[in-house]
Amino acid sequence: MKPGDDERIEKILREAIPPLTGAELQRDLWPLMQRRLEERSFAVSWLDWSLIVASFIWLVAFPEVIPALVYHL
Amino acid sequence: MELLRRFAEGDLDAFEALFQQFQKQIYRWIVQIVRDSGIAEDLTVETFWRIYRAHSRFNPERSFAAWSRRIATNVALDWLRRVHHEKDLAEHSMTEVLPDAVAQQDIRAAIVCAFNQLPPKLRVVATLSLIEEESYGVIGEALGIGVATVKTRRFRAVRLLRKKLKRMGIEP
Repeated sequence: MKPGDDERIEKILREAIPPLTGAELQRDLWPLMQRRLEERSFAVSWLDWSLIVASFIWLVAFPEVIPALVYHL
Repeated sequence: MELLRRFAEGDLDAFEALFQQFQKQIYRWIVQIVRDSGIAEDLTVETFWRIYRAHSRFNPERSFAAWSRRIATNVALDWLRRVHHEKDLAEHSMTEVLPDAVAQQDIRAAIVCAFNQLPPKLRVVATLSLIEEESYGVIGEALGIGVATVKTRRFRAVRLLRKKLKRMGIEP
């Protein structure tokens, strides 16, 4: 390794991959963000799904609890 | 300060105001790392999504710009890791034949290829420091590491890049 090797590497790297001067955002991303927020607010998590499935299995296995459950609702 | 306090409490209007104020800045930071405008747009939205979810952890007395930049850096780094891993799987057999092929290729393309093969945590430091010439302090803050670690990673990135180029038959 010769002195200045690292500097040469840095120089050829900058020539090969020039800096992104003036890379500006071309549009407002808020509509995309809004869509993302809406999608997620309606999303049902895996925990909610597993609770729904567990409740369904429980009701099928013990149908006699349904009247009591309806009464309490 | 009032806006930041409202955001920390989960106010959507405050979040929108911060989004409008910082989206360009976050996009610029991310595009410097990933170097693709379409991907940078997607990752900007992903960054703000994470910001929105983490609103209760934000301290309104601290800088929103620094906090959001750190989240953006993590999002960009996650993307680099994903792409790096996918490339690793796809190009694993290709690296063996690369030296001969590169002899015919453009040196610039070979440098870009070698650079893209750097481990993501070295690549992000090399991109921001060597190419974009961001200060060590700013890079360290964005990555949550000290200035000395930034310098070490930059040094390791240059060494590794030279090794990769040498293996490709390029002696700068």
